[in-house]
Amino acid sequence: MSVIIFTVIILIGSYLAGLLGSLTGLGGGFIIIPLLTLVLHVDIHYAIGASIVSVIATSSGAAAAYVKEGLTNIRIGMFLEIATTAGAFTGAVLSIYVPANYIAILFGAILIFSAILSLREKIDHIVQHQSPLADKLKLKGTYPDQGEMVAYGVTNIVGGFMMMIFAGLISGLLGIGSGALKVVAMDNIMRIPFKVSTTTSNFMIGVTAAASAVVYIQRGYINPGIAMPVVIGVLIGALSGAKILVKSTSSVWLRWLFAIIITVIAVQMIYHGIREEI
Amino acid sequence: MNHEPKKMNETQEKNKGGFKDTDMQAVIGWILRIGVFVSMSVVVAGGILYLIRHGHSTPEFGSFHSVPHFISTPEGVIEGVQNGRGQAIIQLGIIILIITPVLRVAFAIVGFAMEKDKLYTFISLVVLTIIVVCMLTGRIG
Repeated sequence: MSVIIFTVIILIGSYLAGLLGSLTGLGGGFIIIPLLTLVLHVDIHYAIGASIVSVIATSSGAAAAYVKEGLTNIRIGMFLEIATTAGAFTGAVLSIYVPANYIAILFGAILIFSAILSLREKIDHIVQHQSPLADKLKLKGTYPDQGEMVAYGVTNIVGGFMMMIFAGLISGLLGIGSGALKVVAMDNIMRIPFKVSTTTSNFMIGVTAAASAVVYIQRGYINPGIAMPVVIGVLIGALSGAKILVKSTSSVWLRWLFAIIITVIAVQMIYHGIREEI
Repeated sequence: MNHEPKKMNETQEKNKGGFKDTDMQAVIGWILRIGVFVSMSVVVAGGILYLIRHGHSTPEFGSFHSVPHFISTPEGVIEGVQNGRGQAIIQLGIIILIITPVLRVAFAIVGFAMEKDKLYTFISLVVLTIIVVCMLTGRIG
């Protein structure tokens, strides 16, 4: 196989990964890492490096739109980025010492967990009485919903902060955005409305990934020959996914189909990890 | 959305001359958009050059052996770009992409300072410091 064919295959695969990642809300990294390692036999470190770059591209591209719409709470985002960047730094440094097959197994486990989460019903809870700490940090806000501004508060800051350290650690270790874990921290623990938690999570992913990426690039994980088609493909795929999402409402069977595909990929990663074939 | 500009004008009328969260959101949106556009243009340009030169050689990504000097250090990348090496140009684009969210944090420090929000100026400064520590210690270990 020549470089040009290899590049075209990655480009098409990354486009599909970006598309699927955007439709499921899981992000492109979830599909790009198995594609590179299992199908194209690329070393997992290069796969992680290319993935983190594509994560920054999609996060920044999408955040630009959400921030303008006033959905993102930049104070919550900025405050929790202390946790995610510190976690990401730890994870990126750890990734050098953790054997590749353990990374693959952990990747599969997080992937299954995220697939299950994507199936959950999305219930919005609005907290009006927030904790004193949230008051001190000025975390409450408003967001536009069907033409009206909805006010919301925030609770359990410490729990959310801890979960964000973990989300950052996983992001740095596996080269993914770990958006699912960030949403758990904000939606389930801190009780932030769904629209705000998903967009703020996306807003934070870019900075979290940048903290890992500056470590990866110096360690040689980011190989231009792989990162180039991955970042272009994933970004274009994510943009087309966003267009489709605007036009159609996600159906239940489609979400199940994605969850099943993702679980199959996850099981493959775990299987190859256990057999030390990665 | 369409009603957004009107809403921003209303807030600005209420707080004449003051720098508001909505202004900060607008600037942050622009930083991210320009960053992604510029970096992707550079990556595509470098990619075309890379494929013209190396398109017919065999890819070797099966095992990890770090990357050459000219794509892993800032000096190396600058030197490579000056010599017109496709991979170095791609890497330059990727560096611009990585810097984009970092610039967003740096701008937030300025924005919160203009809002006279000391707490969040400090919080943004802490985030930037962590990223700088990552940059400086990335090689150690």
